[in-house]
Amino acid sequence: MKRFLLPMGVFALIVIVLAFGIFNAPKDGRKEILSPLLGKAAPEFTLPKLLDAGQSYQGTSLRGSWHLVNVWGTWCRECRAEHETLLQIKSEGRVPIIGMDWKDEDASAIAWLTQLGNPYETVISDHDGRVAIDWGVYGAPESFLVNPQGIVVEKHIGAMTMDDWQRKFLKHLTDAAPSGGKAGA
Amino acid sequence: MTVRIAVATAIVALGLGWGMQAQAVDNTPPLPDAAMQQRYLGLTSEFRCMQCQNEALADSNVGLAADLRLEIHDLILAGKSDEQIRDYLVARYGEFILFKPRMNLHNAWLWAAPGIMLLAGIGIAVRVMRRRALLPISDEDPPGSAPSA
Repeated sequence: MKRFLLPMGVFALIVIVLAFGIFNAPKDGRKEILSPLLGKAAPEFTLPKLLDAGQSYQGTSLRGSWHLVNVWGTWCRECRAEHETLLQIKSEGRVPIIGMDWKDEDASAIAWLTQLGNPYETVISDHDGRVAIDWGVYGAPESFLVNPQGIVVEKHIGAMTMDDWQRKFLKHLTDAAPSGGKAGA
Repeated sequence: MTVRIAVATAIVALGLGWGMQAQAVDNTPPLPDAAMQQRYLGLTSEFRCMQCQNEALADSNVGLAADLRLEIHDLILAGKSDEQIRDYLVARYGEFILFKPRMNLHNAWLWAAPGIMLLAGIGIAVRVMRRRALLPISDEDPPGSAPSA
């Protein structure tokens, strides 16, 4: 009996390691690649505003209050699916959404917002995708929650549902006072 | 007859495949000198295309891959070293963008595992050999029993 002790022990160890692997595997494995940006300062950038010709938006404007940065494009089918969620988040009024229109035509972006409604406080255009690289964006839609200190605290890849919003993002905002956009300039 | 058609189809398909491969996916302008271009080719094939995930940046025709190739092109031109370019991409996209992961605290045990297993194997082999060496040199005696006079 004693001679089986070692092989059985090794076998049990393998079972434990494999079980740990199986139960800790991410549910939607492919999607959940942790962003190295989490816990770090949002990248600096200056991009033109889509709806105010000639004006630009600075990345530093994200500081001071909570912001949701949403990367989208009119060429992105998943973004259409997500649009309803964004409108709902806007109507909740807890956090302003900054839309980063990624590698898109301005005309089609404006048409999209006119037709489907505009959930964004500000829309900025990243025509050549350089700023998106700094944000580590690899597939629209992607959403980043930025805290008042300018730190990225949460990220969602793919079309966000109200369930995702409540489960992943709202917990960060619970201590924060509701903010419906900035007063004044 | 059908076999012949199948073989012919396969040959044509293979030929088409080769033809497509030969056509460059990469539209990034070439770098001014050959050494830089060589580094560029090396680097673009060691990063993963984050959208397709099993293709290298060099082979992917996805828009983002083209953007990242241009970024690498510009970083080489700006005089960045290969390691700086790797750091640049890892800082944005994480270790996952590297086909060959770096050694760190999380995967150190993986790197050490073969060595540990080898040592364990040697240990077991030595123990077995030592025990066998103590046995009497006879096939008839059951192990552990006293040798018959």
